[in-house]
Amino acid sequence: MQKWLLKNRQNITFITGLLVLLALMMQWFFKNKQLADLLLLLASLIGGFPILMQAISALKVKVISIDLLVTIAILGAFVIQEFEESAIVAFLFLFGAYLEQKTLTKTRSAIQNLVALTPSVALRQNEEGNFEEVDIDEVGKGDRLLVKTGDKIPVDGKVIYGHGSVNEASITGEPLAISKAINDDVFAGTILEDGTIQIEAEKVGEDSTFGKIIALVEEAQDSKSSMERFIDRFAKYYTPAILVLSLLVFIFTQSISLAITILVLGCPGALVIGVPVSHVSGIGNGARHGILFKGSDVISKFSHVDSILFDKTGTLTYGNPEVITTHYYQQDHHLINRYLISIEKESSHPLAKAIVKYYQDVLTLPVSSTQVISGSGIQASVDAHDILIGNRYLLHQSHVNITDVVEQDLKTMEEDGQSIVLMAIDGQVALVLGIRDQLRTGVKEDLQALKKMGVKNLILLSGDNQATVDLISKDLGLSKAYGNLLPEDKADFVRKYQDRGDIVAFVGDGINDSPSLASADIGIAMGNGTDVAIETSNVVIMHSDFHKIPYALSLAKRTTLNMIENIVIALMVVVVLLTSIFASDFMNMAMGMFVHEASILVVILNAMRLLKHHKLDRNQLLIKDLQVN
Amino acid sequence: MNMKKAVLQLETLACPTCMQKITGALKSVPGVDQESVRVLFNASKAKLTFDETVTDIKDIRQAVVHIGYDVLKASIQ
Repeated sequence: MQKWLLKNRQNITFITGLLVLLALMMQWFFKNKQLADLLLLLASLIGGFPILMQAISALKVKVISIDLLVTIAILGAFVIQEFEESAIVAFLFLFGAYLEQKTLTKTRSAIQNLVALTPSVALRQNEEGNFEEVDIDEVGKGDRLLVKTGDKIPVDGKVIYGHGSVNEASITGEPLAISKAINDDVFAGTILEDGTIQIEAEKVGEDSTFGKIIALVEEAQDSKSSMERFIDRFAKYYTPAILVLSLLVFIFTQSISLAITILVLGCPGALVIGVPVSHVSGIGNGARHGILFKGSDVISKFSHVDSILFDKTGTLTYGNPEVITTHYYQQDHHLINRYLISIEKESSHPLAKAIVKYYQDVLTLPVSSTQVISGSGIQASVDAHDILIGNRYLLHQSHVNITDVVEQDLKTMEEDGQSIVLMAIDGQVALVLGIRDQLRTGVKEDLQALKKMGVKNLILLSGDNQATVDLISKDLGLSKAYGNLLPEDKADFVRKYQDRGDIVAFVGDGINDSPSLASADIGIAMGNGTDVAIETSNVVIMHSDFHKIPYALSLAKRTTLNMIENIVIALMVVVVLLTSIFASDFMNMAMGMFVHEASILVVILNAMRLLKHHKLDRNQLLIKDLQVN
Repeated sequence: MNMKKAVLQLETLACPTCMQKITGALKSVPGVDQESVRVLFNASKAKLTFDETVTDIKDIRQAVVHIGYDVLKASIQ
């Protein structure tokens, strides 16, 4: 029965509407009140039935739903023989629900487009060794799958046969295809542009990187802000309260007509749906532009951000540092290089990578022990020599003497904005390397845009030396810049600004910045869709694209404003309806239902404007700038 | 006890009370871990864990259909 109603809900709505229309024509043109009433009664019964069934099924699971209010109102109208009102209410309620569903689908379209990229089938090898198409849900870990040119890669896995080039834009945003051969990792939702590969499934469904991104956005859209939780609690008692209120009105006034009008007017509509619908649109818009907001609380908090603290490497800069200066203080350069590279090859630090890249042809020696000293460098032992590689702080801690000659070189390099790596062999400085990382293009304009949007403090926190940090700060027009910081120092700075009462956002690359990302009010990870970045932060900037940060802020501000607009609309409607019951006589239950449904549509349409919130890009901002000046 | 995770893709949910109803219906299925039931309004999905030895995905699906909502796809993970 329920299923039949469900399938024919649109038809029922249509028939109800048609009957109402016919009845009204009868009444106006043919003055046939009796036939009109009959048609209206029929319309009320047909339209009211599915509403009644909904109300009953809700009661079965102990929920007093809005359907119940409407059902009682329709029955009440029968009692006082107001068939016109009951029919119109039934029709408007059904039609409103239909329109709401249609428009809500639109607000959810952004995430739906993402979901559509999820692969649904895979070619799996069966016991005979042939590949057959199976549903993605049937694929398990360890299955051998075939991917042909143009196909979506169905799961996260490893290439075990063949090679090809894969477009990973859905995960990394990188538009150029990357070539993949045996043992390379491939990701679900990415597309094999050419070649044929066989892969072994490692992570399927929601466990795959792409699955996680989708699950994250879905959960975020449904996470409730404190405002929504308040409204939910309110709605839970509100609906029964309206029922009691109308009963009281009936008891005291003996007017069924007034009692049922209150039932209809009291339906909580726009208020309940207005806030979540704004968030869904905002989060959806973000997802489409590579910005993942983890929840609606994040949006409202971010929209009020006072201070943004930035990490340097990989955030303001590209994170691909290059060695540009070398100073040797001992004779055997070749041996120094070999020690250096033997140790640095074992490190994944960005500066170490730059050094290894610079000395590509150097042969390595066995390293007998290494110890990474967080935030300062490495201590290692090669060929029975005690070797230190790291920053000035590391050498200072180990009481290595820095001579005036070295000091002079360091000063020149720092003034030039280079990051410095020192190497000491058995307590003597042997080598100093100057490394520079290029600033991302357009960072300056992006930072200005943030300032324009009301961010009071833009602060750089870096493990790099103070001179380099100052230089960048001056270049970019930052409020403050602090160098020589360890990861935990950065987290301390976050807390320091929070103690001042600021709402603090921290932008980092999500790997060594996790303490700061976690303690900030809003942790923004510049990610490439890696697990760490997704999990430790509140906002993920998908393609490590710095321009997305001002966009994210303007979107958050717009979304918050939109939510407030919706609350105001909803409250105004309630006030207008309630006053009009008592202050005028044109208000009846059909009119009430119309206003009620219309207000729901208005808030949904208002929220839909957020979907169109376009990229406020740097050029536009600059043009605005020029116009202002 | 053999707990499995199920994901139901539902028709587009339009009213917040639908959520309460579906949550209630799913919780009433014996073998479904009550704490685990989550209905995602915007994604129109329901997620839950259930005991395979007590119930199966068909019964769970039926519980939702019974109160009047379409289940587009039900999968076990």
